[in-house]
Amino acid sequence: MSERNQEYDFKWCPGCGDFGVKRALEMAINTFTEEFEIPRTSNVIVAGIGCSGNMVHLIDGEQPFGIHGIHGRSLPIAFGISSSRPDLNTIVVAGDGDFLSIGGEHIAPSAARNPNITCIVMDNGVYGLTKGQSSPTSETGQITTSTPFGKLESKINPLELYLSCGVSFIASHYSSKPKQLSDFILDAMKHKGMSIVHVQSPCTTYNDTYDILKGDRKKGIPGTAYIVDENHDPTDYDKAKALVAKDGVPLGLIYKKEPSTINELQNKLIMDNPSKNVEDILSSYSI
Amino acid sequence: MTQKIISNDFVIRFAGEGGQGLVTSADAAARAASRSGYYCQTFSTFPSQIMGGPASSQVRISTTPVLSSGDFVDVLVVLNQYAFDNHIQDLNPENGVCIYNAQDCEPSGEGNYFGIDADKLAKESGNTRAANMVILGAVAKLIDFKLESIESFIKDRFTRGRPGDEEIIKSNIIALSFGADVAEKSGFNVGSLAPPKPPEHDQIMITGNAALSLGATSAGLDSYYGYPISPATTVLVWMEQNLVQKGKFVFQVSSEIEAINNVVGAGFSGKKAMTATAGPGLSLMSEGIGLAWMAEIPCVVVDVQRGGPATGLPTKSEQSDLFACMFPAHGDVRLPILAPGTVEECFMIGGLALNWAERYQGPVVVMSEFGLAERSENIKKPNLSNVIDERRNSKTGDNGFKRYQSLGKNGELSAMPIPGNQAAYVANGSEHDEIGDTTHLPKHHIRLTERRFGKLSLLNDAHFEIENTNSEIAIMPWGSSKGVAREAYDKLISDNLNIGWIYSICLNPLPKEVLKELRLKKIVIVPELNYQGQWSSIMRMDGINAVSVTQYTGLPFKPSELAEKIKEKIKQTMEV
Repeated sequence: MSERNQEYDFKWCPGCGDFGVKRALEMAINTFTEEFEIPRTSNVIVAGIGCSGNMVHLIDGEQPFGIHGIHGRSLPIAFGISSSRPDLNTIVVAGDGDFLSIGGEHIAPSAARNPNITCIVMDNGVYGLTKGQSSPTSETGQITTSTPFGKLESKINPLELYLSCGVSFIASHYSSKPKQLSDFILDAMKHKGMSIVHVQSPCTTYNDTYDILKGDRKKGIPGTAYIVDENHDPTDYDKAKALVAKDGVPLGLIYKKEPSTINELQNKLIMDNPSKNVEDILSSYSI
Repeated sequence: MTQKIISNDFVIRFAGEGGQGLVTSADAAARAASRSGYYCQTFSTFPSQIMGGPASSQVRISTTPVLSSGDFVDVLVVLNQYAFDNHIQDLNPENGVCIYNAQDCEPSGEGNYFGIDADKLAKESGNTRAANMVILGAVAKLIDFKLESIESFIKDRFTRGRPGDEEIIKSNIIALSFGADVAEKSGFNVGSLAPPKPPEHDQIMITGNAALSLGATSAGLDSYYGYPISPATTVLVWMEQNLVQKGKFVFQVSSEIEAINNVVGAGFSGKKAMTATAGPGLSLMSEGIGLAWMAEIPCVVVDVQRGGPATGLPTKSEQSDLFACMFPAHGDVRLPILAPGTVEECFMIGGLALNWAERYQGPVVVMSEFGLAERSENIKKPNLSNVIDERRNSKTGDNGFKRYQSLGKNGELSAMPIPGNQAAYVANGSEHDEIGDTTHLPKHHIRLTERRFGKLSLLNDAHFEIENTNSEIAIMPWGSSKGVAREAYDKLISDNLNIGWIYSICLNPLPKEVLKELRLKKIVIVPELNYQGQWSSIMRMDGINAVSVTQYTGLPFKPSELAEKIKEKIKQTMEV
C-alpha cells in the first residue's frame, strides 16, 4: 500500500531505515530538479530487488520515471540509460545484498567507465525480504537464518572496495539524519561520474543496529558512527584509504576525483573521428 | 585431353592451417569472380584459436545465385598433409582436381592431383608474399577462368597511391601466370566455367553479420552493447567501427549479463538498442530477456548460433538454440523469433527486429548461425530509402499514466512514455498494475499475462514463402538451412516428387497464412542442424504434424545428401 496506490502490496516495517533514505532522496531530487530546471520526469530511479528496491514505488509527489529490474543488475541497467540518455539524472537504489553480493561483479567495470550515475546503497547487513539471511556486510560470527551457527566469512568493507575499484565519488552516511544525507545525495547527483552514497539503513526486524551505530549512553554503547573530520581531504587517495581502513562508520565525503565520464570520452571520440553515415558504409561493400 | 565440360557451378576449397591466409584466398577468388559477373558464396571452418589448427575456406562460383556450399569440391587446394587426408574425400569424383603444396605435402599413389611449390614461384616472381596469387593462377587455369579478370582485380586492390604499387601489381600478375603455367603443364582440367550472366542491379559483397549490422543501423539503431564471443564478435567490431555518430552509443561491456541489462536500460530510455551474442552468452542473458518481456521494454538480442552446449563448438554450424531462444527465461514466455536464411534476409531482419521491438514494446530475438554469419556473398545492393525506421508509440499523458493497460479493441497497445516527457511510470519486472506498481492480485496477473501474449499479434508483416500447395507433404526449413533445403527441394521437384515448400523468417508468431497451410499438411519435413529436431517439436506442440531430418556434425547439410534424406523420411513416415 502506498499513498497514491491502495493496491500496491508492499510496505516497509515500522522504523525501517529506508524511510529516512526515501525522505533524503525526495529532498535531493526536488532540489536537483529545481536547481537545474529539468522536468521532474528527467529523474530516473533504477531499483534492484530487495526491500530497498521498493523505493521506486514510494516516492511522494509528482513521479519520476522508474525501473524495478532484477536482482543485482541495477548498475548495468542504469549504464544503459545514462550512456544512451546522458541528459537524464540516473539514480540507482540498491541494498547491500543486491549491490555487493549478486551485483558485485558490476562495480569495478562501472567505475572504470565512470558513467554519470548516482548510487544509493542501503546497507542493513542482512537479506530482509527473504527473512533474515546473512549478507556481505553481516558481521563475522553473526547468527542469521542462513548462518544458524554464526557467519563464517569475513565482513566486507564496502567503502574500501569502492575506493580500490576507482569509484570517483564516495560518501558514507546513515539513515537517521535525512537532511544531512540528502545533501550528500545531492552532491553525488551533481558529481559528473559514478558516485556512491553508502547509507547504513538498519533493519528493525532482522538486524537492528540503531544502537550500535548511534550509541546509547544509558546502555553503555559508544556508537560506531562518527562525523568525518572537517580537515579530511577527500581528493587525497591515501588519506581516503586510511580513513576507510579505520573501525567505525564515517559520516561524510570520503573521496572525490573528477576524471572524464564515459559519455564525455565518447563525445570526444565522435568529434575526433569522421562521422559515418549509412550510405557511405553501404557503398564500402560495393563490388 | 578430353573435351572440357562446361559447367555453371564450381566449388573451390583452400585447406590448411589457420593463419595461412585461407580466408583471404577464398575471399579474393570470390571478389574476382563476382566482379566478373558471377554469383559467389564463401564458407569457412576454422578452430577457435588465433593461429594454427586445421582450417578451410571455400568459394562456390556460379552463373546463378548460390544457395548452399554445395555437394563436392571441384578444385581442392591443400597446404599440408593433414588437409589432404581430411578433405580429399570431398573432391568431386567425376572431374575434381587437387592441388597440393609440394613443400609440405606428398600424397602417396596416383590420383587427380599435382603439386606446386607456391613459395618458390612467388620468390621467382619477385614478391615472396604472392604465394596466394600463384595458387589462384593455377585454380583459374583449371576452371578456364579468364586470368585478365583476376589481373584487373589485382590492379584495383594494390593501387593504393603508394610508390611501390606498380612493382607489387607487376609481381602479383607474374605470380598468377606462373601458377597458371604449372596447372597447364599438369594436363588436368576440371571443366570450363560458363560465361557469367550478371544481374542488372547493383551488388554488394558482404557477410551475414555485416549485413545484419548494416540493416539494424539503417533502421535507426541508437545503442549497441556487446561482449566478444564467437561467432558474434564481428557484430561488436562492426558497431565499434561504424556506429560513430552524435547521439549514438556503442560499447564493449564486461559480460553478457551486463549487455542484456544495458539494452534493457537503453530501450527503456527511448532508444533502439541491440546486443549480439552466441549460445553461452544467450544463457547468461536469460534473466534479462525475461525482464524485458515482463516490463515490456523494446530491445533486440541477436543469437549467432554455434554448436553447444556449454562452450561446445564455438566456430561450427548448428541450429540448436531454438528452444533456448523461444523460451529463454523462467515463467510464461514465448519470444518473437526472426531467423534469417540468407545474407539478404540478415539485412532485412536487422531492421525488422528493431522495428518489431518498438511496435510491440518488448524483446525480439534474432537467430543467425555461424555458417550464415561468416560467409560472404554478393547480393543485390539494398535500397536504403525502402528501409523503415519505426518508433514506439510514445505519446505523452498525465503523470501516473496507465502504461500497462490492456490491448485496446482495435489491438492498439497503450503508449510507452519516454523518460524526460510527462507520463512517468515504473517499468516493473515484478507483476504489476496499470501504472507499474507491484501487485500479486490474480486479476492483474491474468490481465497482464494475456496482454504480453496478445500483443504478439501486432508482429504480422514477416516475409514468408508458400509453394506448391496441392501436395500433402511440405518441406519447411528454418534459418540458415534455407538455401541448402531449397537446392534439395529443387532437385526433388525435378525428380517429379510432389512436395510443397513453406518458409517463414518468423518462427514466432508464425504468420497466419503459414500456420494455416502447415496444419493442412499430412507431413511437414524440417531439415535442421540439431539432435532433438527442435523446430518440428515446437510445431507439433502447435498441432502440426512435423518431423525433422537432423544432422549434428557441426557442418551444414549437403544438398544431394539432404534430398536423399528427405525422400527417405517421406518413405518412412508414409509407411507408419
